[in-house]
Amino acid sequence: MKSNERYEIRFSGSGGQGIITAAVVLADAVGSFDNRHVCQTQSYGPEARGGKSKAEVVISDIPIDYPKALSVDLLLAMTQTACDSYFFDIKPEGLLVVDSSLVLQVPTSRSVSIPFTRIAREDIGRELVANMVALGAVGHFCGQVSLESLEQALLSRVPKGTEQMNSEALQAGIEEAKKIDLNSLPRSVLSDWADEL
Amino acid sequence: MAIVEQQNRVLLQGNEAIVAGALAAGCRFFAGYPITPASEISELLSVKLPQLGGTFIQMEDEIASMGAVIGASLAGTKSLTATSGPGFSLIQENLGYACVAEVPCVIVNVMRGGPSTGLPTSPSQGDVQMARWGTHGDHPIIVLAVSSVSDCFSVTVKAFNLSEKYRSPVIILSDEVVAHTREAVTIPDTEQIRVIDRIAPGVPPEWYTPYAENNRGVPDMAAFGDGYRHHITGLIHDDRGYPTQNTQEIEKFYKRIHGKISKGFQEIQVTKTHLMEDAEIFVIAYGSVARSALKAVRDARAQGVKAGLLQLITLFPFPRKCVDTYLRQCRVVVVPEMNMGQMSREISRVNQADCRIVKHNRIDGRLITPQEILKHLTTV
Amino acid sequence: MLERAEIIRKEYLRHDKKFPHVWCPGCGNGIVMGALLRGIHVLNLSKDEVVLASGIGCSGRMPTYVDFNTIHTTHGRALTFSTGIKLAKPELTVITVMGDGDATAIGGNHFIHAARRNIDLTAIIINNSTYGMTGGQYSPTTPFGSQSTTSIYGHVEHAFSIAELAVTAGASFVARGTVYHATHLEEMIQKAIKAKGFSVVEVISNCHVQHGRRNKLGGAVEMITSFKKNAVTVGKAAKMSPEELEGKITIGVLTNVKKPLSTEQYQRVIAEARQNVEKNASEKEKNGIKRYEE
Repeated sequence: MKSNERYEIRFSGSGGQGIITAAVVLADAVGSFDNRHVCQTQSYGPEARGGKSKAEVVISDIPIDYPKALSVDLLLAMTQTACDSYFFDIKPEGLLVVDSSLVLQVPTSRSVSIPFTRIAREDIGRELVANMVALGAVGHFCGQVSLESLEQALLSRVPKGTEQMNSEALQAGIEEAKKIDLNSLPRSVLSDWADEL
Repeated sequence: MAIVEQQNRVLLQGNEAIVAGALAAGCRFFAGYPITPASEISELLSVKLPQLGGTFIQMEDEIASMGAVIGASLAGTKSLTATSGPGFSLIQENLGYACVAEVPCVIVNVMRGGPSTGLPTSPSQGDVQMARWGTHGDHPIIVLAVSSVSDCFSVTVKAFNLSEKYRSPVIILSDEVVAHTREAVTIPDTEQIRVIDRIAPGVPPEWYTPYAENNRGVPDMAAFGDGYRHHITGLIHDDRGYPTQNTQEIEKFYKRIHGKISKGFQEIQVTKTHLMEDAEIFVIAYGSVARSALKAVRDARAQGVKAGLLQLITLFPFPRKCVDTYLRQCRVVVVPEMNMGQMSREISRVNQADCRIVKHNRIDGRLITPQEILKHLTTV
Repeated sequence: MLERAEIIRKEYLRHDKKFPHVWCPGCGNGIVMGALLRGIHVLNLSKDEVVLASGIGCSGRMPTYVDFNTIHTTHGRALTFSTGIKLAKPELTVITVMGDGDATAIGGNHFIHAARRNIDLTAIIINNSTYGMTGGQYSPTTPFGSQSTTSIYGHVEHAFSIAELAVTAGASFVARGTVYHATHLEEMIQKAIKAKGFSVVEVISNCHVQHGRRNKLGGAVEMITSFKKNAVTVGKAAKMSPEELEGKITIGVLTNVKKPLSTEQYQRVIAEARQNVEKNASEKEKNGIKRYEE
């Protein structure tokens, strides 16, 4: 796992996609199982209206000061609206991960497209677990969590009787993510000489 | 890569950690009324209290909740209620009763924008002065503020301990950000938690004087049903607890209830400092804003500014001595608040060192960001 | 009879309290207090187990004078304090004495919810049709057309019937008495304390100083004897038409039903909650999920 003073992940999509659950499972894995500092927040009140859903996880090796994301290292977008709304503060070297079943226009070249919803529907048999497929991929890409902890946290939080389905979904996400070589992406959306400007 | 090598790690929301803290402190009674963003406290206690043989009840309003909390405490059970702005207005009546009859109890106010229905449900720090002066009459009270999930646990334990030790209601001010942020925290083992209980009278009933002066200033407290058959009233009372109009007895009463809190200043007034040793400019903050302030201070240091943070856990009694020390050390203090300046006026009041006070007030229902505070630290 | 009065005077009054009491000569509150003490004495309750709570107003001073666990709460809120006391220590006998304004105006919401909730509490409501302590303003039981310090042109609102309100709100025991019928009142109070659940005794009383004087109802004697004249028993009232019942006071037990006590039901909640904890713990162990539970 990469050591980091502050690593920020934002999960986004629409209400009902299980965005917050995915973030909570990740935070639980990082915080209670890997014993690192973690802060998880979500849109609430007026922010949560309008169908959009957003949850953030800040991971650190020192106690976390500001609890919300300031500049995002990894953005997961499960809908086009969420992608358009929450892309604005991603770091130049940050990574965008989208559900290619629902996000067709990607605003950056430093992005990864995986059909989470289609995988959930066709390979696992329930569209409902698309969030866990996505969580598997996020877990792999971020490099901030042990994948065993992620599975443990997931098993301790999902409803009884759905453990296996959720676990399969998580693994499917991890496997799909492993097929992608992040080194083939541009290192940053800014060119190498951007700092000199 | 375990950064925190400890057992009992658990991911909790601020509201859930308040529940964990209350139960660890020995709270076994809760009465409340639904209101966001405090509802999780009620919901979780309705599950947890019966597991421990305690009692949860949802009352018809917050006035009733506060009445039931006082009743249960008088019967010997540590009691809690939790609410937000509109409910906090309603509890004020019986809160005054708890002050005058010296009934230990803890009130959580998860602040949201007000007045009235206000801003459901966005964070705010608009109830700070109300927590101090909300109920009528000249009364002492203890007000604590939480800024993180681990605070929610430890400050709640502290709140119960102070309320039991000083026989005073204690208010915990939280806000929507702290209430709903999840963090992994380590819950200490039960034996590591220091729990203070009220002191029961050591004398037989015929010798018991319920409000007698003693060297602590805090009278021993009998519970209803323990054989003492004493009288409790919201009227100003004499040592025996009976109503009085005698001027000497009235004055003695007021002096004692204020005096018992003053005697405990050192223990009651809790503050935290970050990077204050050589600070030339500092931030005074509390609640979730203290976290933005810490980030701003760290960023300012990275830019070579000698900045520090004084975080207030105890808001009232106002930690004057501690604040005064740093007002003398630094040339500027930045006071960011999610209100129009309720704490900065306390700071102005005690500022005798000509330290420049820069207020930063955000009242749009959003948490103050580190950048907003950093801007002050790097430009003034 | 005299002997019993002497025992009650000696055993149940707080002689170290600054007597005399605050009530006016001829006030019905003393009769209610006497009936209550005799009722408690006959029921043979230990003084340590009895809590007497009150709100604000003339009736609010009653707990000060009697030797129980006593509490004088805020205006209208006495039942909420009593609820907390009873839930924290169910073994206590908690009696709450209130006035008409106290119980049904400022405390009206608490009153109907206490009745609905059905915790084992006894409420004694002394109804003197006015706010006596504050100077005789109209209360929720001031009769239509009456004079008060806030209705000198005649009261334009209608009065509550407290006992009937309690029945409708779900109280499991409801009775009405008057300060004229002191022995009957004692019996009603005894029954109310004995009955499990939320019990209400409405006591029709006199405030000749505020209400009586302004409405030409005479002094204490005239007012109290008018209760004798106007009282009809529940049985007799059942055979009378609404027109015949106009101006009458129905006395006796209006309702006495058995309902599950919420406090007893809560014991089931505790048992179930504890069982769930054990079940979850063993299930998690079986599935090999090891984690700390707060």
